Amino acid sequence: MEFAQVATIASKEFWDRIRNRWVLAVALVFTAFALSIAYFGAAQQGMVGFRSIEITIASLVSLVIYLIPLIALLLGFDAIVGERERGSLDLLLSMPITRVELLLGKYLGLAAALTFSTVAGFGLVGLVLSAQLDLAALFHYFGFMASSVLLGCAFLSLAVMLSVFATERTRASGLAIALWFFFVLVFDLLLLGALVLGAGNSGVGWGSAILPYLLLLNPADVFRILNIFNLEDMRTLYGLATVFPPALAQPWLLGAVMAAWIISPLALAAWRFRR
Amino acid sequence: MANISPVPNEAGAPVIAVRAIRKHYGVIHAVDGVDLDIRAGELFGLIGHNGAGKSTLFKMMLGLIQPTAGEIRIDGAHVGGGNFRAVRRKIGYLPENVILYDNLTGLETLRFFARLKGVPSAHNGAVLERVGLAHAAHRRVREYSKGMRQRLGFAQALLGSPQILFLDEPTTGLDPKAIRGFYAILRQLRSEGVTMVITSHILAEIQERVDRLAIMAAGQVQATGTVQTLREQMDLPLCFSVRMALGDLGTVRDALGHLPVGAVEARDGHVAVQCQREAKMAVIATLASLGGKVLDLTVHEPSLEDVFFGFSD
Repeated sequence: MEFAQVATIASKEFWDRIRNRWVLAVALVFTAFALSIAYFGAAQQGMVGFRSIEITIASLVSLVIYLIPLIALLLGFDAIVGERERGSLDLLLSMPITRVELLLGKYLGLAAALTFSTVAGFGLVGLVLSAQLDLAALFHYFGFMASSVLLGCAFLSLAVMLSVFATERTRASGLAIALWFFFVLVFDLLLLGALVLGAGNSGVGWGSAILPYLLLLNPADVFRILNIFNLEDMRTLYGLATVFPPALAQPWLLGAVMAAWIISPLALAAWRFRR
Repeated sequence: MANISPVPNEAGAPVIAVRAIRKHYGVIHAVDGVDLDIRAGELFGLIGHNGAGKSTLFKMMLGLIQPTAGEIRIDGAHVGGGNFRAVRRKIGYLPENVILYDNLTGLETLRFFARLKGVPSAHNGAVLERVGLAHAAHRRVREYSKGMRQRLGFAQALLGSPQILFLDEPTTGLDPKAIRGFYAILRQLRSEGVTMVITSHILAEIQERVDRLAIMAAGQVQATGTVQTLREQMDLPLCFSVRMALGDLGTVRDALGHLPVGAVEARDGHVAVQCQREAKMAVIATLASLGGKVLDLTVHEPSLEDVFFGFSD
């Protein structure tokens, strides 16, 4: 592995996204949403202005869980298939670069762009709020930003995997949307259904026993648990999270699961791309 | 470049050696047992119909696709083997209908590819100058014409002074003036000892310019050699075009009656005579004996196109 080659591809991908203002646009979207949630999130209760970090983060989590996977999937779905369809892949592969280096460079460049947008967008809001936050609250907010970055990287990895497996760009885009639907909308409903079916008459059954592990099969759920378990009083607000054993909810463990969600699709993509 | 190969040499070791190479996609045999030696410093043409297998062969020579069987060595090393990076650094490649990045300028494009090739960007300006794009160095590729993109693609292939150039339909989209300029650069490169493999569907363009060529059809090389040796192998008839004074057209027919010539046709004051190469001098001598009755005489060698269709049909 020559890291100079990886870096060349990655820096091109990153600067492409800076130059076409993708990074700026996404950062602005994050800033706008985070600010409005922080200040107007409680407007329904007749209150305006920043209330508490717990409520702000909880609202941000439910927004980000839809938005970041979508943005990441749209960013990465054509990484390889796009080059192939445009006809520029052969030239790239004729260079002194391996397929794995090319794939990794693409991923790291796109991940850097997404990370930069996320940190800049939410970081700005963090700065604005910092005057009203104590150290513990800042720490929570930082945890939220870090987990958002991980969530983006996990879905980006899935997107890049699609871009290797798909034979056409249009098919890759369809699969990306399908993946979003599955992980963000359908997965929890399926689990809920399984829980109800498995509960039996007693109310506790095999469903609730394996449910926590099933939740780990969805990076979006891992993200939710990561954020909610950091906030004691938030746990009770979420039905699904209440069945989650605290032993499994260690941030380092969930972080490792997220890392697995980043590495596994990429590894699968590399295996496929090398053939 | 420290390692410039000597001028083309009949006995020289091949720089590109293709041995029993096959590429099968299920029942489709895209390339079906090709052997080829391309010598150092040679300008080698690869011609064939669409689907003849030349693009597949090209991509296997570049290591872009894995052959089903056989092996290809470039400068003695396996393409796609452990030291593929060293092999790749000796190679320049201009794909057919090269696609570059619209959002980059000409100079940025070269900088990107120079980094990938691991060569300094200091000479990028000179390379752009060489292909006639110095004036557009800071314009985005988006604003380039098709011919300019092709030239930028060529510039990319020239980065790092490669010893071997693979040029796939390189003159697509170039105007006649640019085509001449392009071949002038190829002649320069040839004198520097660069080995070049070129495909083209414009046979007339290739026939005056390549040292040797291979004709591919149905996944196999049907013939290899210089244009002249291929003509001789094919044994296609030559064609004489004789301009006669009006009223003397019958004379030619009578005079050539004893020679093994093909059809003699009269049209617009010209007589067209076909004959095999062996009869060429006898025909010329007979026509010369007619003295002043022959106003003009032209001999047409079979074109590469005739040879090509002869081998590929």
